[in-house]
Amino acid sequence: MTDLVNDFLQALLSLDRLTTKNLLNKYTHQNTSINFIEDVVVVALERIGTEWQKGNIALSQVYMGGRICEDLVDEILPPGDPDRTGQPRMAICVLSDHHKLGETIVYSFLRASGFELLDFGTMEVDELVERVKEEKIKILLISVLMLPSALKIKKVKERVADKELDVKIIVGGAPFRFDNRLWQEVGADAMCATASESVSTINKIIGGVV
Amino acid sequence: MSQAKMTSLQRVLTTLGHQEPDRVPFFLLLTMHGAKELGMSIKEYFSKAGNVVEGQLRLRAKYRHDCIYNFFYAPLEIEAWGGGVVYHEDGPPNSGVPFIKDIQDIKNLEIPDVKTTPCLTKVIESASLLKQKVGDDAPIIGVVMSPFSLPVMQMGFDKYIELMYEHPDLFQHLMKINEEFCVQWANAQLEAGTTAICFFDPVSSTTITTKEMYLKTGFKVAKRTIARIKGPTATHMASGGCLAIVDDIAQTGTAIVGVSKHESLLSLKEACRNKLTILGNLNGIEMRRWTPEEAEKIVKDAISDAGPGGGFILSDNHGEIPWQVPDEVLMVISEAAHKWGQYPLS
Repeated sequence: MTDLVNDFLQALLSLDRLTTKNLLNKYTHQNTSINFIEDVVVVALERIGTEWQKGNIALSQVYMGGRICEDLVDEILPPGDPDRTGQPRMAICVLSDHHKLGETIVYSFLRASGFELLDFGTMEVDELVERVKEEKIKILLISVLMLPSALKIKKVKERVADKELDVKIIVGGAPFRFDNRLWQEVGADAMCATASESVSTINKIIGGVV
Repeated sequence: MSQAKMTSLQRVLTTLGHQEPDRVPFFLLLTMHGAKELGMSIKEYFSKAGNVVEGQLRLRAKYRHDCIYNFFYAPLEIEAWGGGVVYHEDGPPNSGVPFIKDIQDIKNLEIPDVKTTPCLTKVIESASLLKQKVGDDAPIIGVVMSPFSLPVMQMGFDKYIELMYEHPDLFQHLMKINEEFCVQWANAQLEAGTTAICFFDPVSSTTITTKEMYLKTGFKVAKRTIARIKGPTATHMASGGCLAIVDDIAQTGTAIVGVSKHESLLSLKEACRNKLTILGNLNGIEMRRWTPEEAEKIVKDAISDAGPGGGFILSDNHGEIPWQVPDEVLMVISEAAHKWGQYPLS
C-alpha cells in the first residue's frame, strides 16, 4: 500500500491525472473502489498537508492536488451518494473576502475525503449566521485571509450563541498560521493549519472528541 | 567606538552596501495608522494625496523610523485596471470580485495610463510632495505589485494557478501586459521622487510556488521587469518563504528581500550575505498582543541574528502593519530598535 500511496502522491504533485486514474483502476482489481479514498487519497492528502507545512511543497501543488483528487473521488462517490449524505450537515465559507483559494482547497480536500458540504462562498457575519440557521449546519468551516476578518469570527460565535445554534466552528487561514493563539481568542472550536487537518478535525468532531 | 550619526538615507545605503552604519535601519511599514494620526476613516485618508503625506510625516516623527512608505493599499492597481476596492473600518482596503471573469478576457486587456488614471496620479502626487518635504533625509519607498503576483487580484488565485499550469500561452500574454504596466508604474513613481520600489511578489515565494515553477515563470518575469525599472528595488514575499530561492532572487537584480517569520533569520542571513539585504521579520499578526518585554526581546533577537555586518533592515514580515497593532507596541519596537541596533552591536 505504501508504494501505491507514494505513486499516487507523485502523480498528484506532477499534476498527472492519467496516472492517478490508472492507480485507482489497479487498486480496484483487488479492492472495492470506495476503500481507495481512505487507503490512498486521504493518506496522500495528509502527506501533502504535512509537506506544505514543512515548506517542501508549494500551495499551487496543494491546490491542484486537491482538485485532481476531488474529481477522481466524484467518480467513486458521486454527489448525493448515501455514503456522503449520512454525515452531519457541514458548510464552508470565506468571511469578508473575495479571495477564495484557501476555502476552495479545503472544500476539495474534504470532498476528496468523502465528505459532502455546502459552499457558502463569500459571506458577512449576519448573513452567515442566518444561513447556518436555515441550513441547520452542525459543522461550519470559516476561511479568512486578513486579520480583521479573523477577528470577526468572534461576532459569528456570539450571534450563533445568541440564537442557540448547535454548531462547531473550525477556522483556518493565514492569520491563524501567524498567531497560534488567535483561534482561541475568537472563540473557535478548532483551528486547522492545513487543509488535510480539516479532515482529521471533522472526524474528531463526529467522534465527539472536539 | 560609536559612529557619527547618519541620516536615514545614509544608514540605509550603508547597510545595502553590506557595511555597518551607525545603527540598524528600521522601517515601520505603516499605512492605515496615518488615518489614526489624522483622526479620519481609512477610506477618507486614502482619498487624498495630502492626507497620506501628512500621515507619513507624522508617523516618522513619532516613531523615528528610517523610511517614508508611500503605499496606499494593495488593490490600488486593480482599481486602475477597472476592478473594485472594498474598504473596511479596521483593515486595509481589499480587492473586490476579480475583474477577469473568463480567461479569454486576457486577450483584450489594456494597460491603464499611469499619467491620467486618478488613483495612480494620487500616489504620484504624494510621492512628489513627500520628496519636497523629506529631500534626501530618508528614502521614500514606493510600491508595485509584481506582474507575476498581480493576477491573484485580477482573476482570483485558483483561476490563476490553473492558468499557469494549463494555459501557458495566455499566461505569457498576461505577463507581457502586466510587465509593461509594472515598469511604467514603477518608473512614474521614481520620476516623481520615490527613492526605491518595493516589488511585492508573494506568488514567487516558496509558500505558493515550487522552485521549479518559479524558475520557469516568476523568476523570468521579475528579472525582465526589474531590469527596466530605473531605480533600486526590494522584492517582498509578503510573509511567504524564500530561503530556497535566495540565490535566484539575487539574480533578478533586486537589492533587498522581505522575508518571513516562518524561516530562520540566521539561515537567511547566511544565504543572503553580500548578495541581498534582508528586510524583516517581525510578526505583524502577533505584534498586536506583544507585551513591552516580548517586543523588546523579539527586536533584540532579530538584530542579533541578522544585524552583524550590515545587510539588514529591521521591519515586519508582511510589508504592512495591521491596524490593530497599538501605538504603545510600535513605540516599544522603535525604542528597542534604537537601543539594541547601535553598531557595533553589543
